[in-house]
Amino acid sequence: MALIESEHTRAGEISPGLLHDDPKDASGKIAIFQYLTVVVFVFLVSGFWALQVQNPDVYSEAAERNRIKSTPILAPRGKILDRDGRVIVDNKASYSLLLNRDQIKPEHLPAMAEALQLDYGALADKIHRMGANPQIIIKDQLTRDDIAWVESHQDVDTYPEMQLIRAWRRQYPQDGFSAHVVGYVGEISESELDLPQFLDYRQGDIIGKDGLERQYDQTLRGVDGQERVLVDNMGHEREAETTQEALPGKDLRTTLDLDLQAVAELSMEGKRGAVVALDPRNGEVLAMVSRPTFDPNKFTGRISRDDWNEIANDPYKPLMDRAIQAEFAPGSTFKPFTALAGLETGVIDDKTEFHCAGGASFYGHYFACWRKPPGHGQISLHRGIAQSCDVYFYNVANRLGIDRLAHYAELAGFGHKTGIDLPNERESTMPSTKWKMRMFRQKWYAGETISVGVGQGAVTVSPLELAAAEGGLAVGGNWYQPHLVKTAAPKLLRAGNLNPDNVQQIISGMYGSVNEAGGTGFPGRLPNVKVCGKTGTAQLVSNKFLKGRKIDQTMKDNAWFVGYAPEEAPEIVVVALFENGEHGDRAGWIVRDVLKSYFDKKAREAKAQNRSAQFRPPPLFADPQTVTAALNVPLPKGFTR
Amino acid sequence: MPVYRSIRDLDWPLLIVTLALCTLGVLQIYSATLGTRWQDAWWKQIVWVITGLAMMWVMAAIDYHSLLGPRVIYLYIASVVLLVVTGFAGNKVFGSTRWIKVAGFTLQTSEFVKIVLILLMAKSLTDLKTGPLNWKDLAKLAGLVAVPMILVMKEPDLGTALTYIPILVCGILMAGLRWKYLLIITAILVVILPIGYHFLKPYQKDRLVSFIYPDRDPKGTGFQVIQSRIAVGNGGMWGRGAKESSQTHLGFLPVPHTDFIFSSFAEEHGFVGVVIALVLYFLLIMQVVQNAQTATDKAGLYICMGIAALLLFHVLVNVGMVVGRMPITGIPLPLMSSGGSSTWSIFLMLGLVNSVRLRRFVN
Repeated sequence: MALIESEHTRAGEISPGLLHDDPKDASGKIAIFQYLTVVVFVFLVSGFWALQVQNPDVYSEAAERNRIKSTPILAPRGKILDRDGRVIVDNKASYSLLLNRDQIKPEHLPAMAEALQLDYGALADKIHRMGANPQIIIKDQLTRDDIAWVESHQDVDTYPEMQLIRAWRRQYPQDGFSAHVVGYVGEISESELDLPQFLDYRQGDIIGKDGLERQYDQTLRGVDGQERVLVDNMGHEREAETTQEALPGKDLRTTLDLDLQAVAELSMEGKRGAVVALDPRNGEVLAMVSRPTFDPNKFTGRISRDDWNEIANDPYKPLMDRAIQAEFAPGSTFKPFTALAGLETGVIDDKTEFHCAGGASFYGHYFACWRKPPGHGQISLHRGIAQSCDVYFYNVANRLGIDRLAHYAELAGFGHKTGIDLPNERESTMPSTKWKMRMFRQKWYAGETISVGVGQGAVTVSPLELAAAEGGLAVGGNWYQPHLVKTAAPKLLRAGNLNPDNVQQIISGMYGSVNEAGGTGFPGRLPNVKVCGKTGTAQLVSNKFLKGRKIDQTMKDNAWFVGYAPEEAPEIVVVALFENGEHGDRAGWIVRDVLKSYFDKKAREAKAQNRSAQFRPPPLFADPQTVTAALNVPLPKGFTR
Repeated sequence: MPVYRSIRDLDWPLLIVTLALCTLGVLQIYSATLGTRWQDAWWKQIVWVITGLAMMWVMAAIDYHSLLGPRVIYLYIASVVLLVVTGFAGNKVFGSTRWIKVAGFTLQTSEFVKIVLILLMAKSLTDLKTGPLNWKDLAKLAGLVAVPMILVMKEPDLGTALTYIPILVCGILMAGLRWKYLLIITAILVVILPIGYHFLKPYQKDRLVSFIYPDRDPKGTGFQVIQSRIAVGNGGMWGRGAKESSQTHLGFLPVPHTDFIFSSFAEEHGFVGVVIALVLYFLLIMQVVQNAQTATDKAGLYICMGIAALLLFHVLVNVGMVVGRMPITGIPLPLMSSGGSSTWSIFLMLGLVNSVRLRRFVN
């Protein structure tokens, strides 16, 4: 009471209430209060106006995101099949771990990284970069232990952001078989995401990184579906809303023949190089092998750093697809094109003879033949090809000059990419005066033509390009584009309009190489099949350089062999490159094996067809028409004849 | 002093508006808690309202002058003691001790202290000579409010403690204050407030920070701000309809039947519903002010204006919070939020307003 007493209250004053207790003198202040109230309410209503009337969509979408949890249903990629429909690349069901962005807490990540054996730095970085994606996959191919750990920790109180989803793991052939041609898949990278062709891809998507997987990614990849579930604030699922099923990717039927592929793979075991088998009549690739190889199964999803380093730092570059990327001098396998240019231009004919004394001098330089003096002696086209006489082709090249030679070589595909449906094909080189001016701003010297005539010098080619070039010549001068997926009509790249006699001369020489005494291509010989072929031994370093040095494995000559059969109507051409194989015949065995398996299979199939044609089992349920006709009785009611 | 009162003489417009708001409240509580663990809150609220009406009637029957004698001092002392007892023996809910059990009811002492403070303010101000207050008066008044306020803050319940301030401020301004004083006080507050920030509890600081930057920690303290805004925005012009609101029914709104009932209301009834409800609140406050204007003496005026100021403050802070224009303080929305203490104290105050009204022709 004393607290409130003050000097203002004066006892004894008469009716103090009447004097100063008149509420009317506060009316001004009350009015102020009323204005203030109006202001407050206008302030509040304007707040609702801004939220509810001005941008209602923003908030209704936010509410929608709140209540609907969508889980991706991953679409399986299409399988990759061989020409007979046999599976080369398959999918295997697995589980992946997904994090829901809205529930991710940074403090959870270290524990998750540790339990799942993930690199914490990489994980944190990935979460940081996920942007507007509602979910992100942080681990694929969960092990049983991983799944057990996730299931026991994904409750609301621990790590509710974790979610297991069914995923598909790519399954590639064992031991790196057909690894290069098939390629592999991997998570889309940041730099790829920025490219225009990946516009409709999102972070975390698995895409084809190389080979067919990359080339036909659009075909192979399906469309992921989505399962939408109503959830409450604790993440508990209330009821299913809608489910959009995943659309599986389309299978890819390739032109590869698994039988040939397997033989080619096995024949290259332990070697470095490549094998390509084509159908020269349409460009279909039957087999394509590159060695050394790698295991693409290690690449699916997220490869471990150690595995990657091991592969990336291998001096022999196992990731390189030598079939389309190894550019080497073709060596003597080029000689048929020198011959073609000579015959077509008329600088030689089948009777033209040169003298081989184990070497010859041109423009002051001595060029040796592979056969030491006394050499091949008097030699014409047929024996020149069959015995691969260098001096013969030095002379042809010398008569031709580089530009005429280049014209016919380019017609066959030298200096061009084949345009096969694989990524990262490299372009071969065919030198010419124009080429030298463009590249080096120098004039061409006539002496340089001599080496080019035997496939040395600046000319380079990949196994695929060589196979396409030789195959096109073998079918009379029609060069088709090599391809791995069957197209409606084979694409004719170039038609030579060659003189069939000239082509026949060359084919006959190549037949001689394989089948005649003294032929260098003898390893390609097969019983019952007329194989034509040509060896090639391409120098990597000059003999002068090698003199007095210890020969390193990688300095040995590359061995090439090209073979096709049958002579009268070639239907398969095989090229083998055996890096540092020293001599062409060592590649010949590989080609022979592939050719043999091709013709063996053909014979097998013909036999099977023959048998099925002879054997017609009687129909179990014969149709009434046939039966009644055979028995010569009237047809039952209801049947019309 | 002839005492004439009947039902007929009550402030009917005030009562109608009050009951309209209570009806909206009960319906919204029903809709918002359907299927949750609070789903019987709606009929409890009906019980609170009906008993509240009875309390209002009793309060209206009491001559407010009789409360302004020594009784208010006893009430004040009792309040302080109760607050201290609550602090020691109260029930802990959501980390703070605000409630005390009395005869089976859990009561929030601090809600009833408001009434005592309104009465005390009216008494103190009428005891003073009219005219601008001097520093000594101001210090006394501030001190009287500060004691319970600090006790409530200690519970800790910053929101309710803050509701005592408009009672004090309104009283002082109604009594009259020199412009010079007003300027000096404003200046002092500008200096003190930033310092006071450092004395806030960490969660209170977080609330302030998340009010200003709700997106800084959307999963933590900013959650309520963001979710409430989403709920309100989701309502749009016409609302999602009763029981159709996803924010409310999937649990994204914190306590949709008490502090955030207006978010839930706004989500279900949209801008149109919001305007209707706010108009009702506006009429309610204006009706209380009208009773202040017709009060027969300054004591009645102070009581009514104190109540009007308190209601305005509640609506401003609670609805402002819902719409994201005020920090989260956790004070209920009068008459709509579910809760006995709050409802009862509002009805007791409205009883006081009626008591003032019924005696306006005396003298």
